[in-house]
Amino acid sequence: MIKNGTTDGNSTPARPRPLSPNIQIYRPQLTSVLSIANRFTGLVLSLGAVGLVIWLSAAAAGPRTYGVMQSAIGNWAGQVVLFGCTFAFFLHLCGGIRHLVWDTVHGFELRSIYISGWTVVAASVVLTAAAWTISLFVTGWHL
Amino acid sequence: MDDQPVCHGVAPVTRRSFQSPLARALGRGAANSGVQHWWAERVTAVALVPLCLWFAASIIAHAGSDYAGFIAWIRTPLATSCMILLLIALFHHSALGLQVVIEDYVHSGVKFVAVIAVRLCCYGLAVVGIIAVVRIAFGG
Repeated sequence: MIKNGTTDGNSTPARPRPLSPNIQIYRPQLTSVLSIANRFTGLVLSLGAVGLVIWLSAAAAGPRTYGVMQSAIGNWAGQVVLFGCTFAFFLHLCGGIRHLVWDTVHGFELRSIYISGWTVVAASVVLTAAAWTISLFVTGWHL
Repeated sequence: MDDQPVCHGVAPVTRRSFQSPLARALGRGAANSGVQHWWAERVTAVALVPLCLWFAASIIAHAGSDYAGFIAWIRTPLATSCMILLLIALFHHSALGLQVVIEDYVHSGVKFVAVIAVRLCCYGLAVVGIIAVVRIAFGG
């Protein structure tokens, strides 16, 4: 495979060629935005998984270490990160279920793609809001 | 579709006439792999749907718990089992997904180093997480 910006031996020096897809020249669409979002939330959740391991290790280490971890999650910055992770979690979960449906060769009509896309967005927002409302209710509205 | 009578009733797989029956049975593409990766990504995704819903519901239910309450929850057989299964599926899925991202955007020799590093980190983190759960479940 000839790499961009290199020659294949006997031709003139090649200029760097544009890579496809040139996403910067396209108007964002729901389809492309959700595709990028699914990948991005996957990356975010990989970091979240590291956080999960740190959290479990802190709990295994004892109450003092766990307390340090809980206060780190408990302050406003921790809560913002946790909220972001919650939304990323539900978006990736709903987007993943959409992908699993596509894997059964269903829902590929443009209309279905937009219906499922907006369903993913709405479900993620509702589930994130519900998760935080219920957990705040459980804790007695103490942040 | 009346103008294409050849396609009537033909299963999709038999249309791929350029592949030998052996190649089709092995289920590998031109790169000699790929189906296993794709399939493992789906299997782990299917496993993660109930495990993640269980995890989210449990975390919400224990939002107000103190250390003792959290430990008591992890020590229940269901929570111990589900947490270990979650860690296995989660880090396997992460390793597969991150590998695809690296393969899409990294085109230098760093690619192989990055893919191997991600794979090893994911497996390492899964083990660290599982050990932590086991320590909580069976520790004094």
